[in-house]
Amino acid sequence: MTGPSVTLFVVTATFAMIGALITISARRPLRGAMGLLVNIVSLAGMFLTLNAHLLAALQLLVYAGAIVVLFVFVIMLLGSAAEVAPADGRFASRTLGIASTIIVFLAVSSSVAYFDAPWEAVPDGFGTVEGLGMAIYRQALVPFEVISITLLVAIIGAITVARSPTE
Amino acid sequence: MGIGTYLALASVLFGVGAAGFLARRNMLIQLMSIELMLNSVNVLLLAFNRVNPSNHDGQVFAFFVIAVAAAEAALGLAILIAYYRVTKTLNTDDATLLKY
Repeated sequence: MTGPSVTLFVVTATFAMIGALITISARRPLRGAMGLLVNIVSLAGMFLTLNAHLLAALQLLVYAGAIVVLFVFVIMLLGSAAEVAPADGRFASRTLGIASTIIVFLAVSSSVAYFDAPWEAVPDGFGTVEGLGMAIYRQALVPFEVISITLLVAIIGAITVARSPTE
Repeated sequence: MGIGTYLALASVLFGVGAAGFLARRNMLIQLMSIELMLNSVNVLLLAFNRVNPSNHDGQVFAFFVIAVAAAEAALGLAILIAYYRVTKTLNTDDATLLKY
């Protein structure tokens, strides 16, 4: 029985929840981006409790290093226009929508919380660069190459869409 | 502490992201909520992989989810900028260009 560290899990879970709540409740988008950053960094810590060392590093590199910075760049680009006044009207439908979402996910989480499976001992090299790299290149070589084409197409598409039509 | 704790946390995080996506009208915040949801799925994949550590299937999936999330963020923000150029606002209630 070699389970994950409870202390690290509780700390990272608390900060992940705080970050997520800041993100969705922030009036200013920059504050929301900082909440997303807190969420991402604490989830990277949580990946460590699950023996996913390479993915924790990738999470920091790709999410915190690239995606959050992209969000912050766009917020800087838009300036004060990035803020949107709170919506008025349709109060009943919005309240119903949020309440039903919360109820559904509380039901789901309280039911899956009882699911239990024994923690097995982790074999050598699980989640390290070598272990995961071997798994990717042996089992998922074609998807790995396809994902690089996907990223290339996304870059070209982003340039095409975001370029001003006058150029 | 079992795997159920991880599953519960992941579904609560997904629910927070879904509620943010449905309730907010700011396109930037909605994109961030999508990132929250994708991240919670990663927790789920890694937790299940940790229970069955004889292979790396869950971690490989999480790797691809991270890559797709990066592509999605780049494209979503490009569309956001193009949308802002047309409407001068980020409010999704005003996104009626294709409606009429």
